[in-house]
Amino acid sequence: MLPIGHYLFLSLALFIIGVIGVVTRRNVIVVLMSIELILNAVNINLVAFSRLYGDVAGQVFALFIIADAAAEAAVGLGIIIAFFRNRETVLADEMDLLKW
Amino acid sequence: MMPTGYFLDHLWLIPLFPLATAALMLLAGRRLPKAGVSVLCVGSVGFSFIYAAGAVRQLLSAEPEHRVAQQILFEWLTPGPMQMTGGHAIRFVADWGFLLDPLSCVMVLVVTGVGFLIHVYSVGYMAHEGGYYRFFGYMNLFMFAMLTLVLANNMLLMFVGWEGVGLCSYLLIGFYFLKKSASDAGKKAFIVNRIGDAGFILGILLTAVTLGAIRFTSQGLPDAEGASGILQALKAAVEAHALASGAPVLTGIALLLFVGAIGKSAQIPLYVWLPDAMEGPTPVSALIHAATMVTAGVYMVARMNPIYRLSPFAMDVVAVVGVVTAIFAASMALVQNDIKKVLAYSTISQLGYMFLALGVGAFAAGIFHLMTHAFFKALLFLGAGSVIHAISGEQDVHKMGGLWDKIPITAKTFFVATLAIAGIPPLAGFFSKDEILWRAFEKHPALWFVGFVTAGMTAFYMFRLVFLTFFGYSRADEHVEKHVHESPPTMTVPLIILAALSVIGGWSGSARFEKFLEPVLSRAGAETEAVSAAQQATTMEYVLMLASIAIATGGIWLAYQFYRTKRIAPELVASKWPLVYKLLFHKYYVDEIYDAMVVNRTKDLGSALGVFDARVIDGAGVDGAGWLARFGSTLSMWWDKWIIDGLLNLGAKMMQLFSYPVRYLQTGLFSSYAMLILVGLVVLLAYYGHHVQVLLRSVR
Repeated sequence: MLPIGHYLFLSLALFIIGVIGVVTRRNVIVVLMSIELILNAVNINLVAFSRLYGDVAGQVFALFIIADAAAEAAVGLGIIIAFFRNRETVLADEMDLLKW
Repeated sequence: MMPTGYFLDHLWLIPLFPLATAALMLLAGRRLPKAGVSVLCVGSVGFSFIYAAGAVRQLLSAEPEHRVAQQILFEWLTPGPMQMTGGHAIRFVADWGFLLDPLSCVMVLVVTGVGFLIHVYSVGYMAHEGGYYRFFGYMNLFMFAMLTLVLANNMLLMFVGWEGVGLCSYLLIGFYFLKKSASDAGKKAFIVNRIGDAGFILGILLTAVTLGAIRFTSQGLPDAEGASGILQALKAAVEAHALASGAPVLTGIALLLFVGAIGKSAQIPLYVWLPDAMEGPTPVSALIHAATMVTAGVYMVARMNPIYRLSPFAMDVVAVVGVVTAIFAASMALVQNDIKKVLAYSTISQLGYMFLALGVGAFAAGIFHLMTHAFFKALLFLGAGSVIHAISGEQDVHKMGGLWDKIPITAKTFFVATLAIAGIPPLAGFFSKDEILWRAFEKHPALWFVGFVTAGMTAFYMFRLVFLTFFGYSRADEHVEKHVHESPPTMTVPLIILAALSVIGGWSGSARFEKFLEPVLSRAGAETEAVSAAQQATTMEYVLMLASIAIATGGIWLAYQFYRTKRIAPELVASKWPLVYKLLFHKYYVDEIYDAMVVNRTKDLGSALGVFDARVIDGAGVDGAGWLARFGSTLSMWWDKWIIDGLLNLGAKMMQLFSYPVRYLQTGLFSSYAMLILVGLVVLLAYYGHHVQVLLRSVR
């Protein structure tokens, strides 16, 4: 069995890639995909520690998060389609109506 | 033995019949066919007449001293006990009650009888007029009010009828209300009558306060009502020496009531409304302004005779006003050219005769003349209406003439009435007028002389009217001439009946008439001086009788010379005394004088009050208050705007100022928010990092 550090490293790498994607990308679809990366980074973390401690609760959590991610992707894409129909854009820097 | 019977128990139905149809006409008359209106309205007056005649018949079945029927429907006004001047308290009651005694018998028969005939006549006369149902509605309303007036058992209910007839008079004078002169005449009649009515009201109040009673008599009522009548209260007060003959308060009552009579019965100085009242349809003039309503004043004074008998001064006033009015009005009738105006002045003059009779204490003679006058004056007016009808609405006697053969029934009945009013025996007017003149002579020869001259003038102006209208050549237009026609039977039959009454109306003789009225008219005081004297004709009476026949004949002869043979030209006489003629023709300028003295001054007062209203009330008062309110609200607005709102705005401004730098954090771009979250997380972790380590270690 690989030492826990490997998993943590992979998880951290995925998380950072996801965060960079969320913060920097203009296309909202890419932002959504980056959120999926973040969630999966968390999943890897949870499953790794579940194995390490022999506690199955972590894997159950991971399953819930997968279901949640699917739902979130569906809702998010729906919002994006609705928004596109109104504004003909999916670029995040053009979604700036909610400001002062 | 008190008289009883079906009709006496249903006295209240007599005024109710016309009231019911009047209400129906005024509410739903527009939807009824003309024939229905005629049948209902004439029929209701006919029923009133039948019930009145039945009631009179049943009353007459009793002994003369018991001929009183009093019926109280309900108590109307019951103020608390009143403290009397004598120290005892009396409860004065005004009820809705009816009184039938010989005096109201005469009145109710004249009103319903003549009223019925005039209603029948109106069916023909008004056939082609608009507002047919309205006319009959008002006429029936008038009948109701007049019957209430003559049947009332107390002064207040009498006043209700008094005002009711005044209202109907106003409505009917102004029947052609689109004509300015008609509506003006209606208003004039109403306003002039108000002056008289003010006197009447004060008289009623003074009676109530002085005697504690406004019922005419308590006869015919249960004993519990003991002293609730004016008659009984007066008797008690005289016996207790609380009031004596000539007491100032009685004179006051009598004069105040007479003011009311002056207004309603068109005496000097309030007669001015009656000539103008001729603007109404002719049947109205006949019913209201000749036969019934204008005699209400005479009836009222006769009804209040117990009080008048105790006030010699008031009696003298009545007599003098009456006789002066008689000659004054007769002189104006001499030169009038409108057939109805002549008759109007004649009515005023004849009413003057009646008041002369009342004033000299011959109450029965006054009522007798009232009755005969109702017959022949109604006939004269209806005849005049028939003439006007025949010649297409012309009223100027100078445009008539030669109608004798063309409208024979009208002409002959008119001639009969003229003979009656001129005082030619054996027609009705002779008996009543002669009685008045004789009784006036007994009082004072000067009164007789003025009345005597008036009799001559009456004969003259009436025959002038007859000669100008019916004889000589026709002076009408050609196309009017072609249309001359006798009136339909609905109009001529009442004329014939009234003509018959004008002939036989006086045959009962004044002595018998006086005996019939005796229970009402001479039961107040001890003095019944004239009654026995009246029954034995003296030589003097025959002399006076012959004198009045002579002067009547003289008047007729003079009129014949003037207007038939033309031996004396009226124009020549007029130009000989231009001032007199002008004075008479312009009716002594009384209307102009009243206009200048009263009407215009009242108008001036009105405009002065108007200016006062505009300047002081509106200007200083209302506008001032408005200005103050506006000034106050301006202040309040300033306070609101700068202080209240200012404070709020200050708070808001401060908030804006402080929030200014912070608002730039809200970019609306979610990536920047995500960045901020990230930075925040890193900072938090950096700061609390060792706590997390401790936490994790404890878990492990």
